[in-house]
Amino acid sequence: MDGEADETVAVGDDCVPGRRRRVHGMLKLYYGLNEEGKAAEESESLDPCDINGPHFDPELYLNKLRRECSLAELMDQETCMVKQIRSLDSDMQTLVYENYNKFISATDTIRKMKNDFKKMEDEMDCLSANMAAITEFSASISGTLQDQHTQITKLSGVHTLLRKLQFLFELPARLNKCLELQAYAQAVSSHRRARCVLQQYSHLPSFKGIQDDCHAIMDKLAQELRQKFRDGGSSAKDLSECVELLLQLDEPAEELCDKFLSHARSRLESDLQGLEAEIRPYPSAAKDASARRSPSLADNSPKFNTLPSPTSNTDILEFIDRGCNEFVSSLCLVITSYQELFINHAQTGELVSKNIPQMANCKLHAFVDNLAARYFSLVERRIQEEKSVGDNSLLVRALDRFHRRLQAVAKLLPGSAVPNKGTEIVIRAATERVKQYLSALQSFYMDSLTDVRQALATPRLSVAGASVAGGGAHLGGPGPGRDAPNSLPELLSSLSASILNQIKSVLASVHLFTAKDITFSNKPYFKGEFCSQGVRESLVVSFIKFVCQSSRHFCESAGDKGGSTPPALLLLLSRLCLDYETSTISYILTLTDEQFLDQHHSPVTPVTTLCAEAKEAAQKLLNHYVKVQGLIISQMLRKSVETRDWVNTIEPRNVRAVMKRVVEDTTSIDVQVGLLYEEGVRKAHSSDSSKRTFSVYSSSRQQARYAASYTPSAPMDTNLLSNIHKLFSERIDIFSSVEFNKVSVMTGIIKISLKTFLECVRLRTFGRYGLQQIQVDCHYLQMYLWRFVSDENLVHFLLDEIVGSSAHRCLDPAPMEQSVIEVICERGVFHKNGRPSFKVQLAVATRGAHLIGRLFFSPPSSDDRRGM
Amino acid sequence: MEDDAPVIYGLEFQARALSAQTAETDAIRFLVGTQSLKFDNQIHIIDFDDENNIINKNVLLHQAGEIWHIGASPADKAVLTTCYNKSESHCFLLSLALFSASLCTIFLLIISCDSRVVSCAAVWRMPSDWETGSHESPDDTAHNPQTLELLCHLNDSAHGNAACVLWEPMGDGKRVISLADNHALLWDLQESSTQAVVSNTATLEGKGQLKFTSGKWSPHHNCSQLATANDTAIRGWDLRTMSQIYCIENAHGQLVRDLDFNPNRQYYLASCGDDCKVKFWDVRNIQEPVKSLEEHSHWVWSVRYNHSHDQLVLTASSDSRLILSNMVSISSEPFGHLVDDEELSEGEDNHQDDKGKEPLKDSVVSTYEEHEDSVYAAEWSSADPWLFASLSYDGRLVINRVPRALKYRILL
Repeated sequence: MDGEADETVAVGDDCVPGRRRRVHGMLKLYYGLNEEGKAAEESESLDPCDINGPHFDPELYLNKLRRECSLAELMDQETCMVKQIRSLDSDMQTLVYENYNKFISATDTIRKMKNDFKKMEDEMDCLSANMAAITEFSASISGTLQDQHTQITKLSGVHTLLRKLQFLFELPARLNKCLELQAYAQAVSSHRRARCVLQQYSHLPSFKGIQDDCHAIMDKLAQELRQKFRDGGSSAKDLSECVELLLQLDEPAEELCDKFLSHARSRLESDLQGLEAEIRPYPSAAKDASARRSPSLADNSPKFNTLPSPTSNTDILEFIDRGCNEFVSSLCLVITSYQELFINHAQTGELVSKNIPQMANCKLHAFVDNLAARYFSLVERRIQEEKSVGDNSLLVRALDRFHRRLQAVAKLLPGSAVPNKGTEIVIRAATERVKQYLSALQSFYMDSLTDVRQALATPRLSVAGASVAGGGAHLGGPGPGRDAPNSLPELLSSLSASILNQIKSVLASVHLFTAKDITFSNKPYFKGEFCSQGVRESLVVSFIKFVCQSSRHFCESAGDKGGSTPPALLLLLSRLCLDYETSTISYILTLTDEQFLDQHHSPVTPVTTLCAEAKEAAQKLLNHYVKVQGLIISQMLRKSVETRDWVNTIEPRNVRAVMKRVVEDTTSIDVQVGLLYEEGVRKAHSSDSSKRTFSVYSSSRQQARYAASYTPSAPMDTNLLSNIHKLFSERIDIFSSVEFNKVSVMTGIIKISLKTFLECVRLRTFGRYGLQQIQVDCHYLQMYLWRFVSDENLVHFLLDEIVGSSAHRCLDPAPMEQSVIEVICERGVFHKNGRPSFKVQLAVATRGAHLIGRLFFSPPSSDDRRGM
Repeated sequence: MEDDAPVIYGLEFQARALSAQTAETDAIRFLVGTQSLKFDNQIHIIDFDDENNIINKNVLLHQAGEIWHIGASPADKAVLTTCYNKSESHCFLLSLALFSASLCTIFLLIISCDSRVVSCAAVWRMPSDWETGSHESPDDTAHNPQTLELLCHLNDSAHGNAACVLWEPMGDGKRVISLADNHALLWDLQESSTQAVVSNTATLEGKGQLKFTSGKWSPHHNCSQLATANDTAIRGWDLRTMSQIYCIENAHGQLVRDLDFNPNRQYYLASCGDDCKVKFWDVRNIQEPVKSLEEHSHWVWSVRYNHSHDQLVLTASSDSRLILSNMVSISSEPFGHLVDDEELSEGEDNHQDDKGKEPLKDSVVSTYEEHEDSVYAAEWSSADPWLFASLSYDGRLVINRVPRALKYRILL
């Protein structure tokens, strides 16, 4: 029961429209009219127990209720249903009543309308009758007034004609007056008005007279206008008026344009001539500049010297300024006024039809192009004179101004090629400049090398030389007491520092081209190609390549003739190239890439390629250094072997001076190389290498060889020992590539020297003492040379070979006692140390004895060469 | 195709002198001269049996001295020249008294052996029955070698020490040139080479002690030209007037060691020297070498053109290496032989032909490392153009062949 009460409350709470709608809805539902109902029907159609559904089966429903519900529920259901039926009934009654009312009122309205229309018909008939009467009256009135009207029209026509005639008759006088008052505009408009009429009636004598008068006057006027135009002194407005009038007077526009332009041309030409006059005195000045160029390069201040520019009276900035102010600005003026006159103005007037704007535009373009070309050629000439690589900012500013001012022309003359050409000039100037910087860098480098060479050649003045080369500032002022080899690393550092500085300053100068405040810096060329191709490739990369190439050149040119390049320079350059390989190149390129960021990433030479090239150059230089130094020592040894008579030499009492020389030279080379290159690794050697006895060849090996030689029946045994020996020692490449360290370099030099010694010994024949002398010499070399090389066995092996070969080439092989050799060699050491001893005196005495002996007995041979 | 292994022969003495037996065109035969100061020197006649890869040797004694240079007559197989050193010694007994500054009196007794080493040159004839020796047991020949028969000396006391003797190329064996110090002597051999008369001389004038180190008689221009090397210069001589016709100063950075004429291109000359380089010259333009090779790592002692295929150049160096180079670009047949395509039908042949048609470049064909001491001499065989011998100081003679692949490329 509670549920039903709830439902009624819910029904009662519904507002009236809602309720009505619901009522309608239910009715509609009942009649199956609504679409909603249809939808509902479709969805619920199958349920026969749905009381609202179309398939409702009361029997089923009742059975279902009876089956499912309790009595109480059935009672409730019944009450609910009765209630619903009752409300449905009342709804239906209300609807029927409402509809009936509406129908009644509609019937009343229709009846009333029928009565009203009948009345209106009558009134309309009356109106049409009246209108017909009015028309009739109007027709009769106009018929009576016709005559008078035609008369009036005629009279007014005559009046107009008379006034026109009067105007014509008065025209000459009026024109004259206008001419007097210089009211040209009025005159022209008057004449224009009359012109056609006069033309038409020119067959009548009176009109003819007037026309002739007018023509005469107008000719005069045109003359005057032309005169005025030609003078050109008048203001732009006057001028434009002038042109306008002349155009109206059928003056040919083309001729006017030409006249106008030729007039402007003469003025602009005078400007150009002024500019040209400034360039003219250059031949002498250019010479002057080229003469001053080299000192400016040798000078190493971070900024180049600012040279007075070739035309000493004006620098390039002034020149460009003048060009801009005089030529470009007046050109702009000409363009504006011309456009005002012939193009803008004509576009509004009736002259458009004659294609005048187009023609005028063509003429203007040709005119501007022509003059601009001359201007550009002047500017280019001037820029070309700017050869000194001094203050780049001046040039950049000048170019900037040049470019900026051309923008004005670009704005005025949109289609013109002038600004592009201007940009081209700027680009050309920039590339030219980069080229100049490259050659400046190159000659700077060569000058530096010359300085270094001089510094090397004059060891005592090396300080001065270094300061020249290095610009002084970088050097901590080496002490005056230092000798030449000490300055080698300093020379290197000052050389590389000055080159680096130079590159930096050049980069800084070139960087001005891409500065933000420069107008042309945002052109695509300067953003992309200039950075990558211009600066990076053709300046920096080219310079590095040049350094490598010139270094290689040193190796090649000196190859045959020998000695043209001081070895120290080779060493220094090799280190320089190696430094480039390890760090400098990447540093320079990073620097460049930072300063000149290229957005387009066009392909550039990678760092590795350059590094490889530098390394190759360094290797080549070092190899060449080894070769040259080896050759110098070889030459000493070769001469010493070749010029001596080894058969008839005396018993050795001393190490030959040449061996001492060799050791001294080797030591000094060692010091020299040590200054620039690291020590390097060497194989571990015995602690007493210097004391090593030559047992190998002085006793066992040599004896074995001879022993073998005494039994000629066994040909293969002869070389067995030496072959076995060689089997276990690696093949030695004499002129081979060396590594970048001191030991390797020294090994190379010593290898070359000793191999030469060996080959020379094999070409000679020795006496007993000759062999012994070689023994002594080799022992001496052994004492000193082992410390320089990476593998002392190498020295041992070569020296063994030398002594072995000389033993073979000996007529009377009787080797010297090892102990005696040692004594002699040690004496050599004392002698070298400059400590006079008994042994030294003995040596002196022996030498004297020999001399005396020679005097008396005139002994055989060229012993005077033993000094070698 | 595998190349045959090199054949090695060991001499018991050190040796520098090597020559092909020029007049012998059937057998592959080389002559080697030994250098020994203590024993009788020998000339080894090395016969190489190409088919069996066997070496037969015959030894002839050369008692005059150690041999520095050997040359075989182009006309007579049995005739050869040598340059040799002989030492003469005389002993003196000297007694000297000397007062030194330190107030000590020292008496020295010196025995001085005044020996002199003299270089000589001579023409020899091999004994006619030397070949019979080879049929005997090897021990026998080793113990009782036959001696060379001296034909005549090529010595002229006025003209110093002989450095080398050159036979007239392709001549009748009547004319030789000896280079002695700074003289070039042209000898006429008469009466079956038993008598030698100096017919003409040329002298090198200049500062210092000039000395010819090497020379070569040009086979071109009717054998009227000679090229010599002294120090770093190469000179050309006209034998008709005995005057200098060209001089390549500083041909090499250091000593020029050897020369050879291109057998087919008359103006081309190869030289080698102590700067480790081999240079090829056109003597019409002596400013620059036509080509320069730097393959060796030490002095180059010998350079030899192949007699028939002049692109093959053999160089011997004291870096113990022998290098065979293929210098196509400056040879007389820079494009190789032209081959008819029709001749080749099989696919394999065509394939090879394709390879052959690639332009050959100048290149090192092969480096021979069989030697363990400096190689001072290398020679092509006069009988087989694809075979060559090299001699190192330790007495090792190595016989090698041109690699087959290259051989066929040149031939086909």
